[in-house]
Amino acid sequence: MSTRYTEDHEWITVAGDVATVGITTYAQEQLGDVVFVELPEVGRTVSKGDEAAVVESVKAASEVYAPLDGEVVEANSVLADEPGKVNEDPEGAAWFVKIRMSDASQLDDLMDAAAYKAYIETL
Amino acid sequence: MADHADGSLLSTPLTDLHRELGARLVPFAGYEMPVQYPAGIIAEHSHTREKAGLFDVSHMGQAWLIGPDHATTARALEAMVPSDVAVLKPGRQRYTVLLNQEGGIVDDLMVARPQGAENDGRLFLVVNASRKAVDYELIAAGLPGNVRLEPIEDRALIALQGPMAAEVMAAHAPAAADMAFMGVAEMEFDGIAVYVSRSGYTGEDGYEISVPAGAAEPLARALLADERVAPIGLGARDSLRLEAGLCLYGHDLDETTSPVEGAITFVLQKRRKDEANFPGAARILSELAEGPSRVRVGLTLAGRAPAREGAEIRSADGSAIGVLTSGGFAPTLGAPIAMGYVDPAHAGVGTPVKLVVRGRELEANVADMPFVPQRYHRKPSA
Repeated sequence: MSTRYTEDHEWITVAGDVATVGITTYAQEQLGDVVFVELPEVGRTVSKGDEAAVVESVKAASEVYAPLDGEVVEANSVLADEPGKVNEDPEGAAWFVKIRMSDASQLDDLMDAAAYKAYIETL
Repeated sequence: MADHADGSLLSTPLTDLHRELGARLVPFAGYEMPVQYPAGIIAEHSHTREKAGLFDVSHMGQAWLIGPDHATTARALEAMVPSDVAVLKPGRQRYTVLLNQEGGIVDDLMVARPQGAENDGRLFLVVNASRKAVDYELIAAGLPGNVRLEPIEDRALIALQGPMAAEVMAAHAPAAADMAFMGVAEMEFDGIAVYVSRSGYTGEDGYEISVPAGAAEPLARALLADERVAPIGLGARDSLRLEAGLCLYGHDLDETTSPVEGAITFVLQKRRKDEANFPGAARILSELAEGPSRVRVGLTLAGRAPAREGAEIRSADGSAIGVLTSGGFAPTLGAPIAMGYVDPAHAGVGTPVKLVVRGRELEANVADMPFVPQRYHRKPSA
């Protein structure tokens, strides 16, 4: 299926029952230079809306919320040493976490690319 | 720069230029100000450390204090600050603080004595944007009848900071090259009459240029036309001053902190200490003699995660000893740094402490400030 988006500016791609989650280009532009990313531990169970990660820019810390219920199966270790990747390749190499979904029907609540594009134009 | 009673934001004479340069504008102290340009905070920060950065600081308050002669005007200001203002020579500037009756800091400010016999009795003040109204009310209320405060509403303030600032400035205002650190002078910049001080808020050599509002944009454009100069926003201004160990009012200093607690005792000169006739002198002199109950220190963090203002500071054994007042990422060091207030028993350089961030303790150590060496322009002694 195609990439999905949240109003908190996360993107989600799905392979089988695993969702890969990152932040959007719009989000990284708003944050500015990212200097640190705090990711959840592998094995942690998250519920939609839980604080799953923290992105620190030069100026401030911002929370990243879990877009779905599930279990964290992988966190992107590249971001520990190269947080700037979030600015360079937010929708590619700088993914944050992979979550094994416990309720794939939650995907239906998320926006598709056209809806997200329309959404950020209202901001 | 008219006051907007409806609560909308004030602009500066450079707001349109900021927009043209692609700045992200944010509300700051009632003004719409550039927090960053498209280059981004880290690039702007590094540019200032390596070349020269141009900052719009027109939101800051500029004012004249005007009396019949220097001694009278200086004495009037000395009733509100702990510094020796009388001793200030023409063409010199000093950093000082306005104090309340408890010895707390109402604002930190620059006071300059202009050159020239026609300026005798005048002092030029530059105060924080967020404190203008409070400062002006306090100062005006404390003045004798023959000294008056005259806020300046028709001038912009532009800072040019960095190791190449002097070379850039010399092409437009040759007289600026000869100025010493904390010197002030009136001069022409491409034919525009300006007041220049050799000072700033980055730890680098540089200038602050007070310019008539109508000439501010041409002056800024003339500086930006030099390939060594880039526009710098408030984001990098904050990271630069933090690396330089300089206080931000409302964060590192407030009405409860004294100059001794704030570790800025250099604002106190001997004559004033001997006279003990400034507001809050009893508290401040007692803190000088016996030590304050808390003191501002610098902190370096062991890991990569920054700690922010408000984070609790704990001793190595886990007890609460203070709180962070500034914290962020230091682009020059590529690491997080912070400053905060601690119990003086834990203030020694190197003391291991913990900073509480999102419920976790981050390892940190008390550090010497500035974090990055200051490179002010010192004239070789003759």
